[in-house]
Amino acid sequence: MRKQNTNAFTVLYYAWIILFVILPVLLLLFESFKNINGQFTLGNYRSFFESGTYLRMTFNSVFFAIVVTLITLLISYPMAFIMSRLKHAQFWLLLVILPTWVNLLLKAYAFIGLFAKQGTVNDFLTFIGIGPQQLMFTNTAFITVAAYIEIPFMIMPIFNSLVEIDQSLINAARDLGATQAQTMRKVVIPLSMNGVRAGIQAVFIPTLSLFMITRLIGGNRVITLGTAIEEHFLVTQNWGMGATIGIVLIVAMVITMYLTRDRKQGGK
Amino acid sequence: MRKLMKLTLSILCAVLLLFGFKTWCEHLEKQSVAAKPTAGKQKKLTIYNWGDYIDPSIIKSFQKDTGYQVDYETFDSNEAMYTKIKQGGTHYDLAVPSDYMVQKMRQEHLLKPLDHQKLTGFKNYDQRFLNEPFDPHNRYSVPYFWGTLGIVYNDLYVKPGSIKSWNDLWNPKYKQQIMLIDSARDIMGMTLASMGKSVNTTDEPSLAAARGKLITLMPNVKAIVADEIKTYMAQNEAALAVDYSGDAAEMLDQNKHLHYVVPNDGGNIWFDNLVIPKTVKNEQAAYAFINYMSRPDIAAKNAEYVGYATPNKQAKARLPKHITQDRAWYPDQKTLNRLEPYENLGPNLTERYNDYFLEFKMSN
Repeated sequence: MRKQNTNAFTVLYYAWIILFVILPVLLLLFESFKNINGQFTLGNYRSFFESGTYLRMTFNSVFFAIVVTLITLLISYPMAFIMSRLKHAQFWLLLVILPTWVNLLLKAYAFIGLFAKQGTVNDFLTFIGIGPQQLMFTNTAFITVAAYIEIPFMIMPIFNSLVEIDQSLINAARDLGATQAQTMRKVVIPLSMNGVRAGIQAVFIPTLSLFMITRLIGGNRVITLGTAIEEHFLVTQNWGMGATIGIVLIVAMVITMYLTRDRKQGGK
Repeated sequence: MRKLMKLTLSILCAVLLLFGFKTWCEHLEKQSVAAKPTAGKQKKLTIYNWGDYIDPSIIKSFQKDTGYQVDYETFDSNEAMYTKIKQGGTHYDLAVPSDYMVQKMRQEHLLKPLDHQKLTGFKNYDQRFLNEPFDPHNRYSVPYFWGTLGIVYNDLYVKPGSIKSWNDLWNPKYKQQIMLIDSARDIMGMTLASMGKSVNTTDEPSLAAARGKLITLMPNVKAIVADEIKTYMAQNEAALAVDYSGDAAEMLDQNKHLHYVVPNDGGNIWFDNLVIPKTVKNEQAAYAFINYMSRPDIAAKNAEYVGYATPNKQAKARLPKHITQDRAWYPDQKTLNRLEPYENLGPNLTERYNDYFLEFKMSN
């Protein structure tokens, strides 16, 4: 009886997954084999991989996503570590999460105010004698803003995995004569790897297809695949090509998931 | 488990409460509409227009003068409007598509032909703005406003009068100073115009040449942005911008240093037009509104409020001289003659324009 009940429940979840995960991906795949006149063709994939423009765009997307992920990781890990040792850890975590409550577009516009020619940062640079710099529409500006937006998503999983570490393991390591650095390297970091992996996935994958920021902050001087998808679906209405780029991104994401998978469990 | 149940229940309660609130609000809204004296099923006119594109007092006076009750809905892009009308389920009596969209909707039989017998104000329009290639003999549309694509410059960085032609943008002294509107059709069109070609060019060698010329503009380009261009220009962020006259009018209102020029070597002239979609419910009211908007006094009032150029000759005569003599908004005949409206190029050429534009964007 009980078993049947749970089965009835799982049907719902299967239906959900089929309707909202598998079917859309299949539709996307189906669409990607259609050309602009609705005929079946491999042409979209051919033009993607033969075009220097799209390949460079793919390279750009992956490159920026890697840089942004690295920067957020470098900032987030020490921060999460310190936070997990603090007394009111939950309060600090709340402060980290707080910016995610603000709409992404508003944050981008706030950065425009900071980075503009007569913005706050340039006022400060002028004040200390460096003089105004071109900050908007540069790679640096794009990376800064993208990293700022993604940081909470990196800190949260790392923080959670650090808090979950049994304090007695660390005490044991110290008792057995490990130095602080050794404890860190051999105990804390390996035990928090799950959080790091989750963080990398949570940051790398959305950054790969980020597109609003490329226009608002990057002024379209930074072009990623997200830009191309937007254009194909909205302007050209060449859904086939847009879908093809979407499939390429999905493949890139699957590769990321595979590379950052939990190897211990995979080996069993 | 208990906790989970509680949480689920409270979320459900919140949803129910919000839903109830929404229904209540809608109920109130309906009541206030029904309370109006002119309400009635036969008397309703549904207009689908761009946001902030009519003087609200005109709708009020139209309701008072004719007894129709106007239901005014807005859209923010031609494509969004097209999709909504094409998919049906809507009952718009009037819509305001741009030129190329009129052509597309006309070709797809989404528009009702106009009965010129019923158009009382058609003679008020300037012949120059009628019988355009996107709708020969105005069988389906009546022009509402028109405008141009041009160059906005900031006199803090650019000497007034030094910008005359599109080719001035290629001047090496404007390194990293130009903002472009993020639109393949406009930027490719402006490049084609700078080469003395039509903005509706279809032959491959000309398009490839335009792509090559456009790429050489990249060192001068500061950014390729959409609506934000208005904010940036108002904040003196860049010296020059390529944008539509409508956007330019908004920028100029915010910053005294900005000026708008229509280059003398051709380019785009655009029209927004009143059309009656196939979804029309109250045709009589639609004609009443078109005729009302064609009245010189009403069209002049509307043009003053919206700030775009009116195609209504009689209305233009009623506008203050400082508006109608401003070359930026009403270019002289010679410049005007070189401007062309966009034609619907079909999917393959649209794709070509976009691919070249994308290559240009990637070229830095």
